[in-house]
Amino acid sequence: MSRGGGLRAAGEAVRLWFAPARVREEGTTPDYRFSLANERTFLAWLRTGLALIGGGFAVDQFLPRLHGTLRVSFTVVLLVGGGLCALRAVNHWVRCERAMRRGEDLPVSRFPGALALAVGLFAAAVVVLVLLGRTN
Amino acid sequence: MAGGAGPGPRPASDRDPGLQPERTRLAWRRTTLSATVVALLAGRQLLRNAEGGAVVAAEAALTGLVWFGFVVLAHRRMRAMAGCRPPGLPPRTALLLIGCTLALALCGAVILLQG
Repeated sequence: MSRGGGLRAAGEAVRLWFAPARVREEGTTPDYRFSLANERTFLAWLRTGLALIGGGFAVDQFLPRLHGTLRVSFTVVLLVGGGLCALRAVNHWVRCERAMRRGEDLPVSRFPGALALAVGLFAAAVVVLVLLGRTN
Repeated sequence: MAGGAGPGPRPASDRDPGLQPERTRLAWRRTTLSATVVALLAGRQLLRNAEGGAVVAAEAALTGLVWFGFVVLAHRRMRAMAGCRPPGLPPRTALLLIGCTLALALCGAVILLQG
């Protein structure tokens, strides 16, 4: 996707967030089971975001001997990541709902791959810190 | 409904054989439990710097309010799941839930930078 196309898609998504009822004006209402499956996917992403936010609290509270700057940056990264997951949850839900109403293919996304990579790198960083004895 | 019934005779009751409303209701329950864990962790953090006085009390009240809003929204949606053809998720509920989640993250950041 070109950069301009990506920006246009993002602008369209933000407009949909603030007038989400517009989604219901087009296409036909899909089978309620598909909508419920989409809703459960939304909730799963929301839980992922909540887990990252909880992880931020946990880093701050349960790694008290970690150096101050590192601890604060880890916590902020996890809190911001959790917020991004929550925003992505509603964005993906709206896009899937619209695609189902229009009978289009479901949208694909790089977000899950990026999140998996980020979580893996984060875990590796914590393992290295523990091995170096920076947490005690 | 289009393509919904599948082959074979329809069951006598209108029950969804895939238990979709029940599964969705349980997904909502899991989500409220996750939000509760986050709120409890925030409360634990606030207790650790409890000498903060009014500011800490205000943060605790805000966190509690956000958690309460989250649970009320989820409860209303779970009650809508009681029917066998539940209506779609209202977009306003989705946006409000995201707002609650972002508020929890923001509370976390404020509590962290203060403590």
